[in-house]
Amino acid sequence: MLKIAKVDLSKLYAAIAETADLFVPAKTAGQTNYTLWSDETVVDMDTLKTVKSPKDVFFPQSENLYTVNKVDKKYKITPEELCNRDFVVFGMKACDIQGVKVLDKVFLSNPVDSFYKARRDHGTIVALACGEPEESCFCKVFGIDCAEPDADVACWFVGEDLCWKALTEKGEALTAKVAELLSEGDESAVEAKKAEIRAIVEKLPYSNLSLEGWHGDATKEKFDSPVWDELYKPCLACGTCTFVCPTCQCYDIKDYDTGHGVQRYRCWDSCMYSDFTMMAHGNNRTSQLQRFRQRFMHKLVYFPANNDGMYSCVGCGRCVDKCPAHLNIVKVIKAFQKEEAAK
Amino acid sequence: MQELINRAKELLADGTVARVLGWKKGDMSYNPEVAYFNNAEELEGFVYNGFCAANLSKYLIEASKLEGKTLVFLKPCDSYSFNQLLKEHRIDRDKTYVIGVGCKGKITVEKIRDLGIKGIESVEIDENCENITVKTLYGDKTVAYADAMLERCHVCKGKEHVVSDEVIGESRDTVDAERFAEVERIEAMSPAEKFAFFKAELSKCIRCNACRNVCPACSCRKCVFDSTKFDSAQKANVDSFEEKMFHIIRAFHVAGRCTDCGECSRVCPQGIPLHLFNRKFIKDINKFYGEFKAGEDAETKGPLTNFTFDDVEPCDAVKGGN
Repeated sequence: MLKIAKVDLSKLYAAIAETADLFVPAKTAGQTNYTLWSDETVVDMDTLKTVKSPKDVFFPQSENLYTVNKVDKKYKITPEELCNRDFVVFGMKACDIQGVKVLDKVFLSNPVDSFYKARRDHGTIVALACGEPEESCFCKVFGIDCAEPDADVACWFVGEDLCWKALTEKGEALTAKVAELLSEGDESAVEAKKAEIRAIVEKLPYSNLSLEGWHGDATKEKFDSPVWDELYKPCLACGTCTFVCPTCQCYDIKDYDTGHGVQRYRCWDSCMYSDFTMMAHGNNRTSQLQRFRQRFMHKLVYFPANNDGMYSCVGCGRCVDKCPAHLNIVKVIKAFQKEEAAK
Repeated sequence: MQELINRAKELLADGTVARVLGWKKGDMSYNPEVAYFNNAEELEGFVYNGFCAANLSKYLIEASKLEGKTLVFLKPCDSYSFNQLLKEHRIDRDKTYVIGVGCKGKITVEKIRDLGIKGIESVEIDENCENITVKTLYGDKTVAYADAMLERCHVCKGKEHVVSDEVIGESRDTVDAERFAEVERIEAMSPAEKFAFFKAELSKCIRCNACRNVCPACSCRKCVFDSTKFDSAQKANVDSFEEKMFHIIRAFHVAGRCTDCGECSRVCPQGIPLHLFNRKFIKDINKFYGEFKAGEDAETKGPLTNFTFDDVEPCDAVKGGN
């Protein structure tokens, strides 16, 4: 266990930034989100949850895939360069790290997504244990321990120090680069901190939410349930839940007419949008009920069906905090519990 | 609140209305959701308190297509949106029964969190809506009601419902700020400062479209930004500050029809003060066409949809419009 005084963190950020691009949670115009660090960045390690998850770092909301230009009556195709610079994401929480594992299942299985893989290969994750979990958190429900994040390096704020522990080869390599800023830390103080965090987690209102009935074999039963008929009604059909989510991975591919060519790009899509999965024959989901149902069925039934039981919700609670209609996955799970209890 | 439930039960029982549109208790004390109630039993879950900020007017577009009348509860500011939607023939007055509900200002948990309060277990609002007691995992806190209030309530349009079939409950004057102060502050900026301000705010946009979808003035059946034939996709978030186009186009589209209900800013997950665009238009309309409140009635033509030879010339507007 190593440590660095909190007051010296800016030195640590600068040292990391000398060897790699550094992404940190920072406050801009009142909101905290991950951003590329520079000397002027106001780092915000106190805010538990960034508005958007750090998913962008590995899977940006919009990215170019290739460009087509017309040169001398011939078309020239220039593929977008893959990520070739090392980078470090500092401060990721356990839920968001599990989110990356969900994304890995999608993008690193065949056919491998080369854009995503390049970023995963070049990225090192420095995780931060959650100091003060909030009431909308329910990572425990998915077996995540926010006191012990599983990444390349794990960190804990203990008193006036940040404690640092490398967990992988990438983590060891990063540690070696900033070794002169780190000194020997106290393992037992970190253990005490973990116990403190876990005690708070036990008290969180959603920590004991039951996922009974949600599994890969529940498709027909859940899909046909009349519960959806009322449940979706407050939904505004906006994309907030999908765009703040650390695991939503659907994207659309579009062409942008540059005037003298075409830029093919992809951007996050949202199952809440009317043109989601639009095909030549039309759209296979024509009502908001169907779109709403799709999101929760994907998280809690279809994804586990295809990924050995792994849910694609990590309990970060961003949708709980941000849904403008105060509707979210917890309320969905509870509504089904109520319905089943009434049977 | 019980009075509202009782009256809704009566109107359901005597067949005046087929359903009730209101707010349902959430699973936390601060997250009620919009809900339909079809019978007396379901109304047991009804709630009306400071957190019931959602403007129900727009939901009536869908409700107008249903059999029978829908009883809707509207706060004074929501009633302007209702009138505006009536004027635009988007909702059917004969299919609605409006109960105006008293309003003492609406609050949001975001504002409570902005005060540094975390791990909220419960929120209790005192009877007079003066103080809020917040029980948290990290100790209890007291917050002044006004400190948790939405921006729109600090510049409230007034206590009167501009349309209703009956009114239940008292409203309170919550104004403690100048409505156009922030617009004036921005008007006074240099072009470079203005650009920097809007760039910092709008660059946070994640293209979730919540502002558009909640907006009672955005009631097109198919938004141009949802068209698959349009080059600028409604969901692509690009670095070149393209988001500004979406928000500026939207502000122009709702100019003269926006009632300043403040829902856009309330729902923005990134806290962008979107209402400022609309309020700038309202300020300019007031200046060039005379005081005008969209939604004050359901008949008067708006200044931007009613050409007269006395209308301000564009060149004069630019010179005098800041």
